[in-house]
Amino acid sequence: MKSPVFSRNDLRMNDQRMEVIIGHLLRAGVLLSAAVVMLGGIIYLVHHGHAVADYRTFQGELSPLRTITGILHGALRLSGRAVIQFGLLLLIATPIARVIFSAVAFARERDFLYVGFTIVVLVVLAYSLFGASPH
Amino acid sequence: MTVLHFTMLIALGSFAAGFLGALTGLGGGVVVVPLLALVFHVDMRYAIGASLVSVIATSSGAASAYVREGFSNMRIGMFLEIATTVGAIAGALIATRVSTSTIAIVFGFVLLYSAYLSVRTRPPHPSDKRRDTLALALHLDGDYPTPQGQEHYTVHRIPLGFGLMFGAGTLSGLLGIGSGAVKVLAMDQAMRIPFKVSTTTSNFMIGVTAAASAGVYLARGYIDPGIAMPVVLGALAGSMLGAKVLVKAGTKSLRIVFSLVIVGLGIEMIFNGLTGRL
Repeated sequence: MKSPVFSRNDLRMNDQRMEVIIGHLLRAGVLLSAAVVMLGGIIYLVHHGHAVADYRTFQGELSPLRTITGILHGALRLSGRAVIQFGLLLLIATPIARVIFSAVAFARERDFLYVGFTIVVLVVLAYSLFGASPH
Repeated sequence: MTVLHFTMLIALGSFAAGFLGALTGLGGGVVVVPLLALVFHVDMRYAIGASLVSVIATSSGAASAYVREGFSNMRIGMFLEIATTVGAIAGALIATRVSTSTIAIVFGFVLLYSAYLSVRTRPPHPSDKRRDTLALALHLDGDYPTPQGQEHYTVHRIPLGFGLMFGAGTLSGLLGIGSGAVKVLAMDQAMRIPFKVSTTTSNFMIGVTAAASAGVYLARGYIDPGIAMPVVLGALAGSMLGAKVLVKAGTKSLRIVFSLVIVGLGIEMIFNGLTGRL
């Protein structure tokens, strides 16, 4: 017969393993996106390095790189700015991947309360990425 | 200034910010925005957009080192992320509606407050062994490694902590910072979670919180690749180096110097906001 203390320790061991996997996941995501950002940066600087930098006035609302489709189109043409932006999208996706992984891990531990909490967080994140986009 | 010079200088500045942020535990995000806005005259909206994505990079990069030590509590993190992500979207939506001068003034006060938090002596809270029914229902209590072996802790005042976390998320979304200081305050002081567990769990939450406002920032054009690229790469390299050096260096005097820099930047931000220059 399992004592309650033992089963609780069991649960913590699972949590521990889950955290280590998540740590690796986060590091891999960050390094991958940093590599893509750097690649885009090199393309950008080769083509535009000698232009004059001016960021005093905000012109963000004119940028085609505000939507996921806009970024993907530009990145496929290997436009430096779009490749950088694609790397930044990967960076934003990294913690989101962590949340998805947590939902799966909590489900495997049969902790449905936390599966529910994790899904709430995912819905909020999805709203930010897709609900707030200009169309 | 050409794009190449501009990129190099911003990468260098962000490297220094990330390095000092990791070394002092204050986070680089708080100085990246004033650096861009005050020194490089970058529009506030581009500055907070670039800072926010760099916060995702530095916190996720550091998380892999923390989780191995076994301090962070996944359940506390996930539960409180409900509050921080909703707060982050609220903050990002507020940011798109108020003037950049207002944001600069709020930013200045947050800088002054984080400098104050970093130099004051933290009042140690007595560990409270009474069990909290809500914490039991949510399975929030946990264990963490101490020199004397695994120690059990209980979590308290959950509604207060949840509310403070909403505030931390709002600040993060409004200002493009990690607001780790407020998160630690909520967990350590309000919820009575051990300091080590609070700081590592907070770091864990920063990336998800920032991702929540990043979607809004992206859609509004706040994230410009030309500025975000040197900021992200510089801050990431700096914070990784800072985390390596951290174990060897004595950081007390450095912390005081960095806090003074933050106070200076805070006053400058408030002044520029009040006179409408930012």
